Amino acid sequence: MELLISILIGTLFAAGIYCLLRRSIMKVIIGIMLLSQAANLLVFTSAGLTASVPVFANPGTGTAPAGHADPMPQALVLTAIVIGFGLVIFTIALFLKAYRAVKSDDINSFNRTDRIS
Amino acid sequence: MILLLSAIIIPFVTALVCLGNGNRPGISRIAGVAGAALLLVSSILLLKETLASGFIVMQAGQWAAPFGITLIVDVFSASMVCITGVIALACAIYSLREIPEKLIRKHYFALFHFLIMGVNGAFITGDLFNLYVWFEIMLLSSFVLITMGGERDQLEGGVKYLVINLFSSILFLSGIGLIYGKLGTLNMADIAFQLSRTEDAFLVNSSAMLLLAAFGVKAAIFPFFFWLPASYHTPNVAISALFAGLLTKVGVYALIRAYTLFFHTQFDVVQDVLLFLAGATMVTGVLGAAVQYEIRKILSFHIISQIGYMVMGLAIGSSLAIAGAIFYTIHHIIVKTNLFLIAGLVIRKCGTADLKKIGGLYKWAPGLSLLFFIPAFSLGGIPPLSGFWAKFTVIRAGLEGQHYLLVTVALLVGVLTLFSMTKIWAEAFWKNKEQADTDTDTDPYAGKTLPVSMTAPCIVLAAMTVALGLFSNPLFVLAQTASDQLLDPATYIETVLNPGP
Repeated sequence: MELLISILIGTLFAAGIYCLLRRSIMKVIIGIMLLSQAANLLVFTSAGLTASVPVFANPGTGTAPAGHADPMPQALVLTAIVIGFGLVIFTIALFLKAYRAVKSDDINSFNRTDRIS
Repeated sequence: MILLLSAIIIPFVTALVCLGNGNRPGISRIAGVAGAALLLVSSILLLKETLASGFIVMQAGQWAAPFGITLIVDVFSASMVCITGVIALACAIYSLREIPEKLIRKHYFALFHFLIMGVNGAFITGDLFNLYVWFEIMLLSSFVLITMGGERDQLEGGVKYLVINLFSSILFLSGIGLIYGKLGTLNMADIAFQLSRTEDAFLVNSSAMLLLAAFGVKAAIFPFFFWLPASYHTPNVAISALFAGLLTKVGVYALIRAYTLFFHTQFDVVQDVLLFLAGATMVTGVLGAAVQYEIRKILSFHIISQIGYMVMGLAIGSSLAIAGAIFYTIHHIIVKTNLFLIAGLVIRKCGTADLKKIGGLYKWAPGLSLLFFIPAFSLGGIPPLSGFWAKFTVIRAGLEGQHYLLVTVALLVGVLTLFSMTKIWAEAFWKNKEQADTDTDTDPYAGKTLPVSMTAPCIVLAAMTVALGLFSNPLFVLAQTASDQLLDPATYIETVLNPGP
């Protein structure tokens, strides 16, 4: 399972970077989304995947079952997903405003601030 | 402990007050400045207490160290929090007249204080994931601030700034994931502790490099700096001055923290890379500035080249070098913010920042000329101003560490920095302004007065530059204390993981 997910993460990173290098700003947004999902999955997978042993304490003993899943990456990834949400929404709003101001979705026409005046 | 928390809580409460008073710009302005002043007072007290006791540690929610989130200040963090307070107050006062009321109604001051909260949070946290969260708070506020005017240049610059910084956040998050996978902890002290015990510490080298790239983007070091000159000259002056002073330095802080604390065992791995990056950053920054003719663009490129000196201090890694890097950081925050604020005064006076279109300021605004002269030549490293001592310390550490090539580069870059500053001086202040009629005796800038709330912060910051130059010893002792503390990670680890009874 870890191997499959690792391949998936690699594919997502590759696809994200490919999209980020495209000239259309829409594809840049898609690239950012793919990359942030790849990073989230990476954090989630980092401690290893444990199937069907959640950290619920046994009512009798008050301790967690043996070989339980590590809850930390799950907590981290939830935070990261929420932050990613906010950032992607802001990115889309900003790109829409920039698209209206520049009147082009070609990254190459976003060059006014780089010119030597 | 309350002083430690107040570095986060004061900006947070101020931001909430401003957020609730968006339609009452008067209250927003008062709250914005009062909050910044309060923050400065509390951060000075924090620095004083830290100097007395060495460390102030707080475990959030009383969860013992590796499990909860640790907040900790040492002398280095405390001095960074303190200088943040100074810059926040200066920029808040400057904003009163510089930021149009339209933007204040759009919650300018709330975003300003959320940004300060993110910066302070990054300085005082002792947990790597928490550092990521503070970075995001800081970044999101800065994204909004840089684009809030809604003009084409701002949106364009904002797009570049946003894409590259988001990418660096993703690298940072991936690095965190890999560290957790290998060590099972994200507490900075615990990471350092686990790495010093394990045989296969080289396994975290991938994370060390990912974090180098992530912090490198924030600090605008050599291959990652292109977003900075593309965006920093677009927003209102108070905003770009705040960014120029603080944001890249948070990246430098994170680099220093990373390679003296939690990756101190891996320092040898990154040292050569850092040495190369420091040299390349200095050279590319200063050469980029040489071709520009817009004041704020020249200054933006100089941020990059100055970051090179700080990274050089870190890369050399001796006690003197790190003290030099800290001294340089503090000096640079004051001077660079001041230069941006003064560029704002020039823009206000002349209506443009294009050096080809302005001139004659020495004749018609001698006070402004003197005000520009002090930080500009401090940046260039002219004794007895603070920049001289900063450069002197870093370069002396380089000579002691026998990095002769890097020292040569640093000296040459110093000369080129001076050349750039002289260019601004000659173009904006000395040369006569070309006027339509040949009458050169009338003041072309008559009627453009500068409000006191804009000149006062500049004068105070310039006075600080002079004072730090003439009486550099106290700051140097502070930097040396901070540096010795940084180079002794064992005490830090002990303080966090085994708190006394």
